[in-house]
Amino acid sequence: MDLFLSQLLNGIGNGVVYASLALALVLIFRTTGFLNFAQGEMALFSTYVTWQLTDWGLPVVASILISMALAFIMGVVIERVVIRPVEGGSPLVAVIVTLGLFLAFNSISQLIFGTESKVLPSAFPDSSWDVGGIRITAQTVGLMVVLAAECLLLYWLLQRTKLGLAFRAVSSNAESSKLVGISVGSMLALGWGLSAALGALAGAMVVPTTPALTAASLQAVLVYSFAGAALGGFDSPLGAVVGGITIGVAQALTIQYIDPLNDIELVVPFALIGLVLLFRPSGLFGRHVVERV
Amino acid sequence: MTLLDVSGLVAGYGPVQVLHGIDFTVDAGEAVVVLGANGAGKTTTLRALSGMLHCKGSATFDGQSLVNRAPSAIARLGIAHVPQGRGTFTELTVEENLRLGAYARRDKEVDADIDRWFDVFPRLRDRSDQNAGSMSGGEQQMLAIARAMMARPRLVLLDEPSLGLAPIITQGLFAQLAELNRELGVALLIVEQNAMLALSIASRGYVLETGEIVATGTGTELQENDEVRRAYLGV
Repeated sequence: MDLFLSQLLNGIGNGVVYASLALALVLIFRTTGFLNFAQGEMALFSTYVTWQLTDWGLPVVASILISMALAFIMGVVIERVVIRPVEGGSPLVAVIVTLGLFLAFNSISQLIFGTESKVLPSAFPDSSWDVGGIRITAQTVGLMVVLAAECLLLYWLLQRTKLGLAFRAVSSNAESSKLVGISVGSMLALGWGLSAALGALAGAMVVPTTPALTAASLQAVLVYSFAGAALGGFDSPLGAVVGGITIGVAQALTIQYIDPLNDIELVVPFALIGLVLLFRPSGLFGRHVVERV
Repeated sequence: MTLLDVSGLVAGYGPVQVLHGIDFTVDAGEAVVVLGANGAGKTTTLRALSGMLHCKGSATFDGQSLVNRAPSAIARLGIAHVPQGRGTFTELTVEENLRLGAYARRDKEVDADIDRWFDVFPRLRDRSDQNAGSMSGGEQQMLAIARAMMARPRLVLLDEPSLGLAPIITQGLFAQLAELNRELGVALLIVEQNAMLALSIASRGYVLETGEIVATGTGTELQENDEVRRAYLGV
């Protein structure tokens, strides 16, 4: 039982990171209608930036915040320069562009920061508490607090501000948004900026839990995040959070209890993506488009 | 006083030119209707005016040029556009739709205005928290008009407001449009297939044929013009 609970906590710890990156995917999907395959590698680049700042001697938390701000600008610039020309065209073209960005960011990261692995310090203390025989690490608690704060902030921004209303309007009906005076381009750029900043945060949260920061650090994470977003529904922020955490828990329990899948646990998210697409393509929380005409 | 002054307006989609230089005016507080068969360029005219299409020629609104100005900037000048198919934000609630209508406004009276349009269209108040997409066509058209009015516009462009509505609903809708025009002095430029009904609330009308204006006159003149009756009014 204790083993089960501690694996559950492990899973939630990982799941929180998947949820974070899944939220970033959802933000872009809602406004542009396509998936950003470069999400993980953009986050990788930002994580390298965070590492560089800590290496220069800045405190970890400050490094993460600066890196998030830079990522926001990077996201806006990418939308303006690379995505804008293919917007409104075939979604296939946009997907190919994001695949190109995937390769570009991976290579640029290695070009600038080198191929040797780096150690990124964690933002949380290395302590843990013993609660009724189960070890709870500060890392897990910290991750959950960060995700909760992220969700509250996003909820407030999207549901309670005029900016958020405009953002949702653009994802609902871009043409009408223009007619009421919203600058649609700015909202799309905002989506990319926010999403890149969330990715930077997710990267800085997950990498310290892995042995080292390498160019492949976030590739598996992106697969798990995709599975989380697919499970929750690609257009639902709530779905991203629930889906991401579910995937994290499923992963941890698979590793612990299903021996044949040990070391090939990446099968789990792919199987889940397949099942969701087969039986409930809009995900658990996705909107079914039902309209009266 | 001339509010909207269009002359030599040329517009189209890519290489296809639809409007071949049209001239017309709308005075402040006036209701003007544009008639014409399918493909005559009625919708294109409205889309060009609200900045959704690249166009040439001259179009001024209260002295400001509209040609190749961004749609969001044109909305801020005081032109509200109710597009064909109503342009509802279907996944947002009725109240959010109204709030978006006032997006370009900076004053503090938005809540009071929402209340006011709920008084005019009580059905919308009953459904204020409901997704706009779940309402009937007539209710969505009311919402589209209320949303346009939330911008406190001086000119509303209406594209086929009767489309897909039952005749009785359409009549009520036009009665309400006439009232808005009369009571609030907001100018209307209406594109409509239901010519008789539209002319009954309009002071003047233009007849558009393959991108050119071929007839013009007061509502009564057009209703009595034999050629117009035969070609566009189906009588």
